[in-house]
Amino acid sequence: MSTPAAETPRAAGAPTPAGDGPDAPPRYVPLGTAVRALLRKELGLELRAPQAVPAMALFSITTLVVFHFALQRGQVDGDLASGVLWVTLLFAAMLGISRLFVADHEEGGLDGFLLAPTDRTAMLVAKALALFAFLAAVEIVAVPAFALMLLGPSPPLSAYGQLAALLALADAGIALVGTMVGAMAVQTRTRDLIVPLMALPLLMPVVIGSAKGTAPLVATAGPHSVEVRWLLVLGLYDLVFGLLAYALFDYLIED
Amino acid sequence: MLYGTRLRGLSIATAVTMTAAFALAFFYAPMDADQGFMQKIFYVHVPLGIVALCGFVFGGVMAIQHLRTGDARYDLRSYVAIHLSLVLGAGVLITGSIWAKASWGHWWVWDEPTLVSFLIVFLLYATYQPMRFSIEDREKQARYASVFAVTAGAFVPLNFLAVRLAQAYTHPRVFATADGGLPAKMQLPFYLSLLGMALMYVTLWRYEMTSKHTSSQLRALRRKLAGDDAVAPVGRTAAPTLPTS
Repeated sequence: MSTPAAETPRAAGAPTPAGDGPDAPPRYVPLGTAVRALLRKELGLELRAPQAVPAMALFSITTLVVFHFALQRGQVDGDLASGVLWVTLLFAAMLGISRLFVADHEEGGLDGFLLAPTDRTAMLVAKALALFAFLAAVEIVAVPAFALMLLGPSPPLSAYGQLAALLALADAGIALVGTMVGAMAVQTRTRDLIVPLMALPLLMPVVIGSAKGTAPLVATAGPHSVEVRWLLVLGLYDLVFGLLAYALFDYLIED
Repeated sequence: MLYGTRLRGLSIATAVTMTAAFALAFFYAPMDADQGFMQKIFYVHVPLGIVALCGFVFGGVMAIQHLRTGDARYDLRSYVAIHLSLVLGAGVLITGSIWAKASWGHWWVWDEPTLVSFLIVFLLYATYQPMRFSIEDREKQARYASVFAVTAGAFVPLNFLAVRLAQAYTHPRVFATADGGLPAKMQLPFYLSLLGMALMYVTLWRYEMTSKHTSSQLRALRRKLAGDDAVAPVGRTAAPTLPTS
């Protein structure tokens, strides 16, 4: 984790400070700098004391085993394979979402952030990027595991490229919704109950788009290509929830 | 603000409109050629669904107002709107299920995108009350509930779009939806019933607002007369409490 750019808060675009004395007005930290610092903190924490990603990865592999026994099949393909993959990934994401704000909430990280003279959107962007990175890391383990353990005849390599596009769009949606739900749930007494109850219905369009999009990719025979409209549905979802999160996130960490 | 002032007029208007709408639905509207008498549930089910969805959106609009102004009364309005819509939503799912059993032979049909979308929206809003209940701080509870109400309000159309897309090509629609291809003799009872349901929603909303206001005023008066110790503090609740003035 060596990002020299993050060490220089006075990079281009930063307003010139009026003075550095104790009475000087607080210097506004530009969004990019704040996001980089927060993201570095998130990823640094996870790298030093891995917690969320290993748990999510382990959970997803366990879920695949559960599916093997529950469905009583050695191999799946098509609709069923797509469903198994997305249920696994989605449930693993729930773990990440409920952990997302816990450390900040318990150790006072949110209070510290609120004292910093910067836009609160920085927290949204950093948390969403961190969750996106966690999801991507989990998928690097879970998707090959799924392909080896459960998927029937192996699809062509080009199918994996398209699957990656679907995963990226779906992860963006999960990351945005997850950041909002996580920020909301961390303030409740029943955090672990609220997260799946609230996030799963909200993510239903993502499930529809990605499961429908993935099905032809993992079918035994077929065109092995994603229909463009599922990418559009996911893109529209990301856009709408991106705007919503941008507009509403400020209210979630106001204290 | 007094919510109880026009309750009698509203109640009478609701009763008259609903009676007229159902009378027309039973005696004026023609029998459906395919479904026969069971199709009459359409005059209850569809208006109820439309009003419930509008109620969710209304709750979202009130929540936006609450976030903008910070006025606790908007939170109460949003809460009552969503709470009522949830009750109506349960009615929509039950009547929809009865209709599905009568005309398709199954209690639940996944091919019907409107019904499935409604279920997802209902499940989402079902977390509204548990979420409120699990946040103890009043001010925070109100703010978070409003954020939820706005998000869920915006989610409603997006969800309908996604569910409809998922089924549009794989399953041909067997029955026309309410808005398309309704004969003229069915339109009048339908729209009258829609008006009646909307009036019923407004009336019930006002009743609940009146009740909430009155009980908070009663508490304030008791506290004034008998002292702060005589009135038990409000326990943990999902419902918003107004600041007693």
